Amino acid sequence: MAHTTVPRRRALTALLAAGALAVPLAACSGAGDEPAGSGEASADAASALEKGGELTVWAWDPTLESVARDFEAEHPNVTVTLENVGTGNDQYTALQNAIAAGDGVPDVAQVEFYALPQFALSDALTDLTPYGADQLDGTFTPGPWGAVTQGGGVWALPTDSGPMALFYNKRVFDEHGIEVPSTWDEYVEAARTLHEADPKAYLTNDVGDAGFTTSMIWQAGGQPYRVDGTDVTIDLADAGSAQFADTWQTMIDDDLVAPVVSWSDEWYQGLSDGSIASLVIGAWMRGNLESSVPDAAGDWAVAPMPQWEAGQQATAENGGSSLAVPAASENADLAWAFLEYATAGDGVATRVDEGAFPATTAELEDPAFREQEFDYFGGQKVNEVLADSAANVVEGWQYLPFQVYANSIFNDTVGQAYVGDTTLTEGLAAWQEQSATFGNDQGFTVNP
Amino acid sequence: MFVGPFMLVFALVFLAPIVYALYLSVFRTQMVGGTTFVGLENYARAMQDPQFWEGLGRVALFLVVQVPIMLGIALLVALAIDSGRLYGKSFFRISIFMPYAVPAVVASLMWGFMYGTRFGLVGNINEALGITLPNPLSPDLVLASIGNIVTWEFVGYNMLIFYSALRVVPHALYEAAEIDGAGQWRVIGAIKLPAIRGALVIATIFSIIGSFQLFNEPSILQALAPNAITTSYTPNLYAYSLSFSGQQYNYSATVAIIMGVITMVIAYAVQLRGMRKEP
Repeated sequence: MAHTTVPRRRALTALLAAGALAVPLAACSGAGDEPAGSGEASADAASALEKGGELTVWAWDPTLESVARDFEAEHPNVTVTLENVGTGNDQYTALQNAIAAGDGVPDVAQVEFYALPQFALSDALTDLTPYGADQLDGTFTPGPWGAVTQGGGVWALPTDSGPMALFYNKRVFDEHGIEVPSTWDEYVEAARTLHEADPKAYLTNDVGDAGFTTSMIWQAGGQPYRVDGTDVTIDLADAGSAQFADTWQTMIDDDLVAPVVSWSDEWYQGLSDGSIASLVIGAWMRGNLESSVPDAAGDWAVAPMPQWEAGQQATAENGGSSLAVPAASENADLAWAFLEYATAGDGVATRVDEGAFPATTAELEDPAFREQEFDYFGGQKVNEVLADSAANVVEGWQYLPFQVYANSIFNDTVGQAYVGDTTLTEGLAAWQEQSATFGNDQGFTVNP
Repeated sequence: MFVGPFMLVFALVFLAPIVYALYLSVFRTQMVGGTTFVGLENYARAMQDPQFWEGLGRVALFLVVQVPIMLGIALLVALAIDSGRLYGKSFFRISIFMPYAVPAVVASLMWGFMYGTRFGLVGNINEALGITLPNPLSPDLVLASIGNIVTWEFVGYNMLIFYSALRVVPHALYEAAEIDGAGQWRVIGAIKLPAIRGALVIATIFSIIGSFQLFNEPSILQALAPNAITTSYTPNLYAYSLSFSGQQYNYSATVAIIMGVITMVIAYAVQLRGMRKEP
C-alpha cells in the first residue's frame, strides 16, 4: 500500500502546480505570452517540447524551483532537474571545469552579467539569435539587455536585474535627524553626522567589493573597460573612476564605513540593529531584506541612488543574473524553450511573486507591480523607485571578458586601501595593471 | 610477478597524478589562442613571480616561529603527563588531544568568530573591559592568528606522538639514573629526549610539510578578512586561486610542483640532520 500513496501524492502536487500556473497566466498581461521566436530553430524548440526529454539546470536562484515545476506541469514529457552547484564563482568554476572536461555540462546555467563575457568569448555558450532571441530586444530593460548582448550575439536571457537604489534605515535616520541624501556629497555628510552622533553606527559598510566599485564607477559615467573582440582597454583612472575614488577615499579616511564583510553574519546583524544604516545596492536587496532581516521590518525605506551632480537621475546596475545555454548542451532546443518560459514567458510572473526583481519592461511598467505596497517598508511603493532606477541606467558599460578573474584579485589590490597605507587611486592602478597582465597572458591585447 | 598488482595500484594512485601535473606544467592554455607547448616557461615565470616568493617567505616565517612553539608546548605537556606527577593525567591527555579531532575548517570558522572585533570574543572583551585590543584579523596580525589556530589544533597530535614514544622507554633506565643521583631535569636531558629523538624528527618533518601546505585556515579566514589574506597569501592558496579563479591550470600545476620539490628538499635535509648519529 505504501507504494501506491507516493504516485498519488505526486499526481496531486502536479495538479496543484497546474492550478498555480493558471493564476499568473490570467494575471500576466502579455509579457511575452506569445513565443517571441520565429524561424526554424524555434520550430525545433516546439517539436522538442512535444517530444520531451530531460533538462539539467544549474542555478542558485530559489525562485526557479517553482518555474521548473510549472514548466514540467505544462509540458508533461519534460523533466527539469534543478541543481544548485554553488553560488556565483563556485558555480562558474564547476561550469568551466565541466566545459573543459566536455562531460556533465548542464543544459541551462545561471550566469551573472559580469561573468557572461568570459563564457561568451570562449565559445562556451550557445548564441541564441537563431532562436529569435534578438527579437526580444524591447522585452528587457536596457541594462540587462546590454549585458547579455555584449560582443554581438545573444548569449543569455536576463532573469533578474539590479538597478541600484539607496536602501536606508528610516528609523535610524529619523532618530538622528538625518535627511535622505540625494547627492554623494550629502551622503558623505550624512555618514559623518551619523557616526559622530553614534560611534557604533555607520551609514554603510564596505571592505572593498568589486561589484560595488564597478557599479559606482558605472554610475559616475566611467567606462574603464572597453572590449572590441580580443582588444581590451582598461582605464581605471578615467573621470568616472577618479570621481568615485575621491569621494570614497574620504569615507575610508574618516572611518565612515563599517569594516564589515557583506553577506557575513555581522552584516546581517548590523542591518538588523541599525548599526549599518544604509546600502546603495541592487534592487534585489528588497527581497533579501524581507527574507533575511525580518527583525527590522518597518525600519527600512528606499530612495533613489545619490547622484554625482544634483538634479541628475543616473543609476547603474549592481549584480543581476541571466540564464544561458552552454554550447555543449545536447538539448539546446529544449533548453531554449525553458529559457524563454522562465525569463520572458509565464515564469516571470511566478518569479516576481516570489520576490525576484524582474528585468522585463512589461513587469516594470505594470501599474500593479509599481503600486504594490510593501509592509516591510512601511507600506512604501518600493517598486516605483526601483523601476525608475532601471530606466535610468547609464548606457555603454562593458565588463571585461575575464571579469571573474579580475574581481577575484580586487581585494589583493584595491582592497589594500581599506586596511593599509595605499589609496583607492593607487589600488585601482594596481588592479588595472594586474588585470592587464592576466589579459595579455590569456592572449588578449590589452592596452591600458 | 607477485608485485604486479601492487605496482599497478602504485602507478595509478601515486605516480599518475604527479606525471599528470608535470604534463600540465609544460603547456599553456589561453582563453584566446588555445593550448601550446611552452617547455619550461612556466617554471621560469614562477622563479620571477613575486607573489609566489612572498607566499613562500610567509610560510617559511610561519615555519620558524610556529613550529618550535607548537612542538615545545607538545613536548612539555608530554613530559608532564609522562612524569606521573600530574593528577588527572588522562583528562589532560584527552582534552589536549581533542582539538585535533575538530576538522580544520570548523576550527578556523570557530576561531574566526572569536577573533571578531564587533561581535566576536575580542569584541566582547573590548566591550566588557572598555579597552581596544588590536584586531587579530588585521594584515599585521593575521599570520600570528593563523599560527594560534594551527598550534591549538596540532599540539595534542604532537603531544600524543611524543607521549607514546616516552611510554616505551624502559623504566629500568630511570631507576638506574635515580640510583646514580640524577634529578628529573637530568633524566629528561640525558635519557628521555635522546630516547624519543626519532619521534621528534618525525613530528618536525610533519610540521614542516604542514606549514608549507598551509591552506585551510587562511582560506576560511579570507572570507572574514579579504584584504588581509590575499589570493597568494600562501603558495597553496596561490595555486588554488590560479586554478579556480584564473583558469591557469598549467601555471597552477607548476607552482604546486615547485612547492612539492622545496618541501621534499627541506624535509629530507631535516631528516638527514636529525637522524645523524651523535659523534
